[in-house]
Amino acid sequence: MKFALVPRLTKNVGLVALALSFTISVVQCPAQFTPLTGPSSTYSIPQAQLIQPEALVHLMQTKGADKPLLLQVGSHLLFDETHIAGSVYAGAGSQPAGLQQLQSVVATLSKKKSIILYCGCCPWNRCPNLAPAFRQLSDLGFTNVKVLNLPNNLGTDWVAKGYPVERSH
Amino acid sequence: MPPFALRQSMLTILLVVVFYAAGGERTALAATSLTHKRAPEFVRTDLNNKRLDLKAYRGKVVLLDFWATWCAPCEVEMPIFVAWQKKYGPQGLQVVGISMDDAPALVRKLYSKMRLNYPVAMGDVKLGNLYGGVLGLPMTFLIDRNGVIQAEYQGEPDLNKIEAQVQLLLNSR
Repeated sequence: MKFALVPRLTKNVGLVALALSFTISVVQCPAQFTPLTGPSSTYSIPQAQLIQPEALVHLMQTKGADKPLLLQVGSHLLFDETHIAGSVYAGAGSQPAGLQQLQSVVATLSKKKSIILYCGCCPWNRCPNLAPAFRQLSDLGFTNVKVLNLPNNLGTDWVAKGYPVERSH
Repeated sequence: MPPFALRQSMLTILLVVVFYAAGGERTALAATSLTHKRAPEFVRTDLNNKRLDLKAYRGKVVLLDFWATWCAPCEVEMPIFVAWQKKYGPQGLQVVGISMDDAPALVRKLYSKMRLNYPVAMGDVKLGNLYGGVLGLPMTFLIDRNGVIQAEYQGEPDLNKIEAQVQLLLNSR
C-alpha cells in the first residue's frame, strides 16, 4: 500500500497544531482572577521604585553597602511563619491600623533612610498592601523608598530560590 | 519504520508533551512539596465551635483551602468551592477552609457573607509549617480518599483544572 507524502505530512501537521492549541488553551492565565486597579494597586507604584529579588540579595550580601531597612507590610501570621532575614513587621498596608503602625516604625528615621517594602502575601497584581504603604511613606517625606517585586508570593519568589529567611518562632 | 507506526509514535510523543506542558498537579511551589505524601493530621475547633478533625474525613476527597479575608483571589474561589461542596458533596467531596487571618472577627463576617457551606477553622504558624510552609495565598491541597495529597495549588490556579482533578479523585475508588 502506498501513502502519498503530502496528505501524510498534512495529517501530521494537523496533529501538531491540535496538540499545540490544546496546550495553549490549558496554560492560559485563568480568566476568573482580575488584577487590582486604582490607587491601591501595585501598578500605581512607579517602576523606577521597584527592586527585583536578585538585586536585593546582592545588596544584602555586599560588604560595606548601605543596608536598607526591610519592612514587611502584609500579613503578620505569614511574617511569623517566614520572613526575609533582617526584616521587621510594620503593619498591613491595607488597614488603617497597619498604616499607623508603619508610621510608628519609621517615626525616628531620617527621611533619606533607604527603605524597602515587601509583602508577598498573594500575587503582585492583587496585593492590597504595598501601594498604600508606599504612598504613606511618600506622604511622610521619605525619599529613598523602594518596593520588592515578588510576582507570585514570598514562597515562590524568595524562599524557593534559597534567599535568606528567618522565622519568628 | 512503516508510515503508520511513525504516525502513531509521533502522536504518542505529542500527547506526552502536551500533558507535561499543561502542567502537572502543582503550580510553582515555594515551600516543601507534600504531593504524594500523607496529609498531615490536625484537629481544630471550627467557627461553629465544632471539632474539625482531618482524619475524620478519611474516605472522602478533601479540598483543603488556606485563605484569608485580605486575599482577593481567595474571595473569588469561595463561591466556586461552595458550589462544588453542594454539587460533589453527595459523591464524597469535603471542602475544608483554614483562615490565615490574625483574628477570627473578620473571618466570621466573611463566613456569613459568603454563606460558606463547609467548615472553617483558624490557622496559625504551626499549621502553616505542618503543610510545608503556607507562604502565599490562596493555597489549596487536594487529598484523596486514602488521606494522600494528590495536588497542591498556590496563587491563582485554573479552577477548571482543579475541578477536573476533583472529579478524577471522586471517581477513583
